[in-house]
Amino acid sequence: MLDIFTLIGDWITGLLESIGAGPVVIDLVFGFIGSFIIINFLLIMALVIIWIERKLIGRIQARIGPNRVGPWGIFQNVADVLKLMTKEIIIPTGADLIPFMLAPIISVASVFLIWAVVPFARTAVGTTVTVGVLYIVAVSSLSILSVLLAGWSSNNKYALLGAFRAVAMLVSYEVPIILMLLIPVMLAGTMDVLQIVEQQGIWYVFMAPLATLIFFVASHAEAARSPFDTLEAESEIVAGFHIEYSGMAFAMFYLAEFLHSFTVGALVATFFLGGWRGPFAAEVPVLGVIYFFIKTFAVYFINIWARGTLPRLRIDQVMDFCWKFLIPLSLVLVMLMVLADKVAAAVFPGYAAVGGFVDLLPRAAVLLIVNVLVGAAAVGWVIRQGRRERERLAAMEIAPIERPAAGAAK
Amino acid sequence: MEITPLTITFGIFAIFALGGGLGVVLSRNLLHAALYLILSLFGIAGLFITLEAPFLAIVQVLVYIGAISILITITIMVTRRVMGVTDSVNNQWPVAAIGALFTFGAIVFVLVSNFHGRVAAGDVPADMIERIGLAFASPQGYLLPFEVASLLLLAALIGAIVVARE
Repeated sequence: MLDIFTLIGDWITGLLESIGAGPVVIDLVFGFIGSFIIINFLLIMALVIIWIERKLIGRIQARIGPNRVGPWGIFQNVADVLKLMTKEIIIPTGADLIPFMLAPIISVASVFLIWAVVPFARTAVGTTVTVGVLYIVAVSSLSILSVLLAGWSSNNKYALLGAFRAVAMLVSYEVPIILMLLIPVMLAGTMDVLQIVEQQGIWYVFMAPLATLIFFVASHAEAARSPFDTLEAESEIVAGFHIEYSGMAFAMFYLAEFLHSFTVGALVATFFLGGWRGPFAAEVPVLGVIYFFIKTFAVYFINIWARGTLPRLRIDQVMDFCWKFLIPLSLVLVMLMVLADKVAAAVFPGYAAVGGFVDLLPRAAVLLIVNVLVGAAAVGWVIRQGRRERERLAAMEIAPIERPAAGAAK
Repeated sequence: MEITPLTITFGIFAIFALGGGLGVVLSRNLLHAALYLILSLFGIAGLFITLEAPFLAIVQVLVYIGAISILITITIMVTRRVMGVTDSVNNQWPVAAIGALFTFGAIVFVLVSNFHGRVAAGDVPADMIERIGLAFASPQGYLLPFEVASLLLLAALIGAIVVARE
């Protein structure tokens, strides 16, 4: 057993006991060490992921991206942070000071709080909460509050418009997210995030690929990345809720946005891609950390890819997509998966809900079939709707635009 | 009463809850009142944690802060006339004060008349969430109210979809 996390933990415990610290003090010290490591790790990670994102978006748009500071522009963000730190935080006239300054703090905190329960490896997790999934939903709903506060307290029309859009959109997209989080909870039979990873003898992406996709898309929208970035929409409402922010206050919103989409990667990896699971990860937990981040970055890459490729949707399209497509689809999917799971458990004798790879195969097969059928039905419906819409447009008679005759006076 | 980490934590969260509550009542700005309400509810969630009821604490954050407070905030924001009003918001406050006083008196009366001194805390069962789940799903427990509430929420959700489709 080569478990470096338990080793370090035991060493610190021994060290504290030798200087006569009680169990309460030890818990306190571990709490501080844990949050210190996670928060600073994320802050350093933010520099890396923002650089990766800018480089990738650059490549997607046939540009080079940052290339001046350091090799391949890798220190560009360090320079940007230094610049932002020296900039003045301008507080607009008529702004409500306390909510105005509270908003960026809440927005960053809501992202950091999620990482408290994300397991990096079997023995490396911030804290175990028996209702971890609910906890994630609860703390991520705080980000809506930050957008609302920022939009309202800025005393700016565009900011308020952005806040209203944000509320409409973020609250709506929470519904499919919560419905899709039901599926790993149901499959694992627990709300403990650590246990959900532990139960994934077969990754849930193979049992519920459609649920994975819906969760990813809805979380992507919740992180307000393009094509769902209608709440900041530079070309429509300038920058939406953070229009009046400058300096580090703006930087915190920026940080929260990037970390949020990185967190989406981590959550998809944890709930559907088996978290730290991989060859020998159970024996050597350090490998688990590596697997976890490979999966997280893979999902994050798709996130950037979508951001770089797709144009922004209109706000009504965003809302339609959620209420008319994602939510009905998730409701149907959850109901059919529960039904299929229960019926199959009653009918087939070898149907196991817990166990290793081989034990879980019948369950995976049944649920995969359900997912494929529901997915095929949804795609069929979309194609039919598209055809109907095109026919409707073709049937409409569009009058040609009257142009002034050539050579007419100005 | 000796000072332990638990009493310190309790004190901090109690200050949050009570201070937030006072802020709600005393604040002249409605949006600030809503913010104080969030602080107060957060304090109560903290109190649930000191009672070793993490499920309740998280549901408190999810439902009261994540949903109800945001609903209140939006309601305040869309009622343009109330925004930024700094003088007394409501002229019915004397009636409300009397009502609040009676409620407070009733709660204090019930608490004082049922106070039996300090009792040792019972052990918190490890399978608390399973117990809550079973209580919701068993006919002897809360199956009927739970199902009625679920049906109501599902109807509301489907209703929202129907409204959106029109």
